[in-house]
Amino acid sequence: MAAIELRNLGHSYRPNPAGPQDYALRPFSMTWEDGAAYALLGPSGCGKTTLLNIISGLLTPGEGQVLFDGRDVTHLSPEQRNIAQVFQFPVIYDTMSVYDNLAFPLRNRGVAAADVDRRVRRVADLLELTPDLARRAQKLTPDAKQKISMGRGLVRSDVAAILFDEPLTVIDPHMKWRLRRKLREVHSEFRLSLIYVTHDQVEALTFADRVAVMHEGQVVQLGTPQELFEAPQHTFVGYFIGSPGMNLLPCEPGEGCVHVDGIAIPLRTGAADTAAAGGGALELGIRPEFLELAAAGRPGTVPVTVTGVENLGTHKIVTARLGTRSLKVKVAEDQPVPTEAALRFPPDRARLYRDGRLAV
Amino acid sequence: MDKPWNNRAWFLVIPVFVLVAFSAIIPLMTVVNYSVQDIFGPGQAFWVGTEWFEKVLHDERLHDALVRQILFSLAVLAIEIPLGILVALSMPADKGWRTSLVLVLLALPLLIPWNVVGTIWQIFGRADIGLGGAAIRALGIDYNYTGNPRDAWLTVLVMDVWHWTSLVALLCYAGLRAIPPAYYQAAKIDGASRWAVFRHIELPKMRGVLIIAVLLRFMDSFMIYTEPFVLTGGGPGNATTFLSQYLTRMAVGQFDLGVAAAFSLIYFLIVLLFSYVFYTFITTVGTGDRS
Repeated sequence: MAAIELRNLGHSYRPNPAGPQDYALRPFSMTWEDGAAYALLGPSGCGKTTLLNIISGLLTPGEGQVLFDGRDVTHLSPEQRNIAQVFQFPVIYDTMSVYDNLAFPLRNRGVAAADVDRRVRRVADLLELTPDLARRAQKLTPDAKQKISMGRGLVRSDVAAILFDEPLTVIDPHMKWRLRRKLREVHSEFRLSLIYVTHDQVEALTFADRVAVMHEGQVVQLGTPQELFEAPQHTFVGYFIGSPGMNLLPCEPGEGCVHVDGIAIPLRTGAADTAAAGGGALELGIRPEFLELAAAGRPGTVPVTVTGVENLGTHKIVTARLGTRSLKVKVAEDQPVPTEAALRFPPDRARLYRDGRLAV
Repeated sequence: MDKPWNNRAWFLVIPVFVLVAFSAIIPLMTVVNYSVQDIFGPGQAFWVGTEWFEKVLHDERLHDALVRQILFSLAVLAIEIPLGILVALSMPADKGWRTSLVLVLLALPLLIPWNVVGTIWQIFGRADIGLGGAAIRALGIDYNYTGNPRDAWLTVLVMDVWHWTSLVALLCYAGLRAIPPAYYQAAKIDGASRWAVFRHIELPKMRGVLIIAVLLRFMDSFMIYTEPFVLTGGGPGNATTFLSQYLTRMAVGQFDLGVAAAFSLIYFLIVLLFSYVFYTFITTVGTGDRS
């Protein structure tokens, strides 16, 4: 196990990157703690696989360093770094039995046969592969094959970290859930450093202790699932995480309030001034869960027109119009929704973003 | 409408049936017709039963040709398949101009008409004016493919390898390119050696194309005619007379249509049998279906 430190790390697939838009991964620094389960979350093409391949050593970064426990491994191969990686599609050795597949990484490293046997059986037990050990790997189902891919990482007792590149893409939904739980179990038993790349927020939030959200080649926030939900550092985190995502309204600063399309929304004292201090475009962000829908005319509320209600069984998603802007509000299943209603923005839940970054 | 079947469906099969009838069944039945009769001219045919077949099966020279043919095909497979794999493995994998160049160079021998291939090698191998033949002689080796059976054999073999290894290499190259990069990355992470990558990833993934390559090369070499005909004419003596050449000599040279027809049928069955055995062997080996 190792702590992974990235120092001024950046990578571009172009020969001479001029501006930020040329980078697949913009230069940044970050530390991944030893023994923790991380998720790397972001949409397709945001650079998360690039980052993963740099950590594993399949790709040499254009700039910066990768350190494992303080040792510079930037130019070492995956094998020398002692990394294991599980890919999107299960990689198995077709002609071998499940047992031989699991034993393969150990045999390549010249581990004694007795040790190989002991470790293969332990991992097979853990992954519930014991009944299939003598079978040919080729004949198994995709989820069993993916378990073999994971198992080949787990058998190596000294592995520095196991990296997962969207490993559940080809797995059936109900097996996904079971495999993810298996992975959690494995993690709590071995205390491995795990990095799990995914574009599925549910997968990331249920799997990881801490989630790194990536957007356009940069890590915009690293935090626990709760932090990502309650205090998104970037508007992208706001609307990417949560279902529906955060409401974001362009606004102008005012006296103890902000104006959205000329409508004043009261905030905490000083919040608007602090946010406006640096200049730049301001946005008001609030999660649909935190907005309070009330009858029209209540003090401290702004009037809205309800344009749509989606009933999801456990709760309702209300679409409301404020000026020219549209907002989503999550309300309880049994709450009545009048057409002419009012919204309260709880001041401690409303966030202000300046040029996309959290200001207050 | 309560009939459980409808015979009109047969009409749908008719086009294919007619096509196959004209392209395969009718010509084949003509051969069968010849093989059981002695034909002197139009309207002068006599039923001879299995006489031609018996004659063919007891023909010493035919046995020799068959042995030569089997040896030749085995030699071709033993050289071209491993060599083709080796060439494919050492070809560039990117999409640059080098790859295009190698592909074009490899495809060249396949584009040359077979009799031209024979002519090229016939001149190339000549001891007096041929570049290859003269060069070997200059090295002090007494090489002469028109007089020495061993040299004739070697020349025919080398010519076939030159002509057809490209096909195996191109097929294998296609097979190799179809392997997702994740397999190589996983093997790297598992610490696999180059040999292990070949043995456990590349070879199993090339299975499909290798089956096709082996079958194609076997059938084709088993029926080889044009190139040795142009190069050596089957000589010296009968040293490079393979089955199809012997057959042509009988049918066209001596006009023994009955014997030649019987021989053709036997020849056809041999190719069919060998291909079937090869196919079943290759498709079961390495799949774990051994029972």
